[in-house]
Amino acid sequence: MNAPQARVLVIEDDPQIRRFLAAALEAHDYALDMTTTGMEGLRLATLRLPDIVIVDLGLPDISGLEVIERLRAWYTRAIVVLSARSQEADKVAALDRGADDYLSKPFGVGELLARLRVAQRHVATRLGEEPQARIEVGALAIDLDARRVQRDGIDIHLTPIEYKLLTVLARHRGKVMTHRQLLREVWGATHVESPHYLRIYLRALRHKIEPDPARPRYLLTEVGVGYRLADSLPQ
Amino acid sequence: MSANASAGRPDPDALLARLHEDDARARRGRLKIFFGAAPGVGKTYSMLEAARALRAAGTDVVVGYVEPHGRPETEALLDGLEILPPQELEHRGIHLNEFDLDGALSRHPALLVVDELAHSNHPGARHPKRWMDVQELLADGIDVFTTVNVQHVESVNDVVAQITGVQVRETVPDKVFDGADEVELVDLPPDELLQRLREGKIYAEAKIGSALDSFFREGNLIALRQLALRATADRVDAAMRAYRERHAIRDVWAAAERVLVCVGPDPLSERVVRAARRLATALHSGWIAVYVETPALAAALDRGARDRVLATLKLAESLGAQTANLPGESVAAELLAFARARNVSKIIVGKPSRPRWRDRLKASLVDEIIRGSGAIDVYVITGEAEALAPAARRLPSRSSRPFAYAQSAFVVAGVTLLCAALFGHIERANLVMIYLLGTVFVAARFGRGPSVMAAVLSVGLFDFLFVPPRYSFAVSDAQYLITFAVMLVTALLISQLTARGRRQASIARQRERRTGELFTLSRELMHSRDLAELGTILVRHVLAAIDGEAAVLLPDAEGHILDPTHFCTRGATPAHVMRYPVPGNDLGIAQWARDHRESAGCGTHTLASADAVYLPLNAPQRCIGVLGLRPRDPRQLEIPEQMHLLEALVNQAAIAMERVQLAQDARSADRQIEAERLRNLLLASISHDFRTPLAGIIGSASTLLDSASTALSEERRRSLLAALLAEAQRLHRLVGNLLDLTRLTSGPVRLKREWVALDELIGAVLGRLGDVLAQREVTVDQPPDLPLVRCDEVMIEQVIFNLVENAHKHTPPGTPIRITARAWPALVEVRVADAGPGLPAGEESRVFEAFHRARDESAQSGFGLGLAICKAVVDAHGGEIRARNLPEGGAEFSFTLPREQEPPAAPP
Repeated sequence: MNAPQARVLVIEDDPQIRRFLAAALEAHDYALDMTTTGMEGLRLATLRLPDIVIVDLGLPDISGLEVIERLRAWYTRAIVVLSARSQEADKVAALDRGADDYLSKPFGVGELLARLRVAQRHVATRLGEEPQARIEVGALAIDLDARRVQRDGIDIHLTPIEYKLLTVLARHRGKVMTHRQLLREVWGATHVESPHYLRIYLRALRHKIEPDPARPRYLLTEVGVGYRLADSLPQ
Repeated sequence: MSANASAGRPDPDALLARLHEDDARARRGRLKIFFGAAPGVGKTYSMLEAARALRAAGTDVVVGYVEPHGRPETEALLDGLEILPPQELEHRGIHLNEFDLDGALSRHPALLVVDELAHSNHPGARHPKRWMDVQELLADGIDVFTTVNVQHVESVNDVVAQITGVQVRETVPDKVFDGADEVELVDLPPDELLQRLREGKIYAEAKIGSALDSFFREGNLIALRQLALRATADRVDAAMRAYRERHAIRDVWAAAERVLVCVGPDPLSERVVRAARRLATALHSGWIAVYVETPALAAALDRGARDRVLATLKLAESLGAQTANLPGESVAAELLAFARARNVSKIIVGKPSRPRWRDRLKASLVDEIIRGSGAIDVYVITGEAEALAPAARRLPSRSSRPFAYAQSAFVVAGVTLLCAALFGHIERANLVMIYLLGTVFVAARFGRGPSVMAAVLSVGLFDFLFVPPRYSFAVSDAQYLITFAVMLVTALLISQLTARGRRQASIARQRERRTGELFTLSRELMHSRDLAELGTILVRHVLAAIDGEAAVLLPDAEGHILDPTHFCTRGATPAHVMRYPVPGNDLGIAQWARDHRESAGCGTHTLASADAVYLPLNAPQRCIGVLGLRPRDPRQLEIPEQMHLLEALVNQAAIAMERVQLAQDARSADRQIEAERLRNLLLASISHDFRTPLAGIIGSASTLLDSASTALSEERRRSLLAALLAEAQRLHRLVGNLLDLTRLTSGPVRLKREWVALDELIGAVLGRLGDVLAQREVTVDQPPDLPLVRCDEVMIEQVIFNLVENAHKHTPPGTPIRITARAWPALVEVRVADAGPGLPAGEESRVFEAFHRARDESAQSGFGLGLAICKAVVDAHGGEIRARNLPEGGAEFSFTLPREQEPPAAPP
């Protein structure tokens, strides 16, 4: 399904996960490189220039966070992090260092492929290959040029901050944005330690956008990490 | 002992005491003393011979210190024995060799040979006396061989001085000598000893002459030998008595005697004390040395005299006496009352020499005691009329202040002015009354001295100014002489009465203060459950009694004394606690005090050069710690009553502290038992809950791997794979819950608190459970402006998730679930209600216990952990979690989170 075969580099030391990733990715036509250590991973990344790097946070030599940091010095494509559950702090740290997304172990194939797709599309947007003036998710339409937001064709009036928040999430559609990232982009670097701003504006935004604000379908909470705008609505 | 116990049976108390003694001995090392009449009889030689014999038999023998005095025979015996290197001390630039106590303790041989038990250690050693070193060795379980000459035994010290004319300063307390497990007399007839001396076997050539002239006279040696033989015989006698007691031979058992000796400030007291000791030994009785301090005496004694009293009491203590220091108004009355209370049978007093005329005027102390003694025998020891410092029996210091005299003079002057004004208007007899009034006032107010002065002044002035012929001391009428006399006598009487009243009041105050101090301490201690607080209370009370700095030093788990934290000076509030500036050396003293359960430091026998005293907090079962006290005036510690008060305070606190520690121990034991029970439950629960999904996984996977599986239909294969996935996910959840609970219960929970919107968390939970809850009607009721709460987002989301999942699992499919969030002034509440069967009655609070499942036979596999996790999380947040059955049916779980503060202002 990926016409030009996308190349994936997996840096992971657990053999079971490696076996599973190899089977799943090859079955879906990804070209695969694998290694078990961070240093070897960094070397392979320069050699093979993969489209996506999948990094486990717990590696035997250097930490996954360090791998991300060093990669991001030059590498502009997608990085997806694998982490254990209940390590929200690590996930946030990885995202803040430039990872595009994360997967909590254990995860299924469907989740893995979805995240890889979002990450790839993201990179495309970021690299300006696919500039978007209009973003549509389900019944929600955001027209970036006209600064207009509609649901089911009906205009929704947003305050400037609400609009800015929504557009930041929309530009990174499907990708988790950490609290810090959102605060920096919407309010500026001086407000990154004031997460309660976010809570209040997101609640307001949900009340305007969501058909049932108690069960949000567009603006999803990643507990302990941040928020994401749904990539597509489940049927 | 009860009356019906047969007379032939041994006294149980005595038996018990012997058992305790045997016990203590089993742990203590054994002390053997080689005892001789004079230097040169061969004590060291015999000791080394005995040591060599034991060594040949395989005992681990080490020579700690031997003074060979250059005697070749002795040196030959040292050959082949292990000798402990001496400790080198430097004192004022001189290098001194001393027995190395710490070296001996760390070498810890079975038997240690230490010469000269009476030796005084050089400054810088731990103990001032070698016998104290030996005590410590014994306490550590090391057997000791040592030597003593008879003149070094404390109780015969003065007799020896009388015989030989040589005062020996180095002495060994009788209790050490008597406490020895074995005493071997090394005897040599005096002429043989003299022969050896002349042959130069004892001293070097040069010293022989002077030795022969002074100490080694034949008469001396005979007397010393007699003393040594008698001391040994006394020990044999004591052993015999012990044997009889042990074997119930009672017919020679005399009625218990107790000897009391009265100690005073004069030097004679020392002789009296030694005499008392000899009498007590001869009677095989206990004895008590008592010093009665009257306020008059206290005021009159100068520092030197007081020191003498204390030294005498210390001597008595070292001779084996109990000592007491009694405050009282009359020496005789106090002494007799004490004697009766203690069942004393004999009182010993010294007879101070004083002019006979004084005996005529006022009964001496001896007379008073004899008159009141009743059934108690009184022994009077006569002293030589040596320089007895005449105790200046003056009045309490109050009256001697010049200020008081000046004020008295003012009063008399005032009276005189008044009389001058009234003179001529009233009779002279009434003027006398006014003078008398003034004198009485002075007597009542300023004591005897000023009152006498006032009386004399009044008489003089009255005579001079108002009695004809005026302005002359001549008296025309002899009747006025009576007036003068009456005035003088009245003044004296009244001043005497008030002085006595004041004295009694001051004694009563002192007693009251002491009792009150103990009482308030015990009351305060009773109300505290905290070790640190108890320490602070103790320190406060100690400082109230003795001014200075004090601290409680507690040991760590290994028994090492730590730097104290409860330290304060007098007047500092308990909150004003700072670190005790203990020099490193002092920590060592405190450690020693704790390890040996004995006081150490200033005012004690151990490391007396320190400027602080360390008292162990000895409780019946353990030593809690150490009280360190650095008094502003170290002399305060030498007053026995102060030390007794201090000990009483420390003992009370120690018992209270032990009580708290025991309670803590009991609590932690309870906790451990509870934890153990939970662990067992957990293991049982895990093995059950894990086995079920594992069975499914193993079954499905092995079927798929089976060679025959190719025959399976595609549909069946897919269903097996789906089962595999579902069971694995179930295992994943179980492990997650288990990890959460372990993290939450294994120590303090670290919360990552942030401002969180609970409605958002409810939404996230419903999103996560979307598929599971698809078939249910789930209603959410929450106000649109639910306030933000500071909490750990991840954990609280887990709580809501567990509650909703719980409601789903325990109710029939399709029944509704209702989630409500409400804000109250002080808290925010979230309720999860279902329409299921509800909780069994009485189980409402138990459902939060780990591993509890309401219906054990339920088809739903719970893990019982979900609700326990919820409780741990909510507790950690300071909230509350509850479960109840709703009146309309179904169960409702609710939890609250406190709204500690208002969220920060809304953003721009």
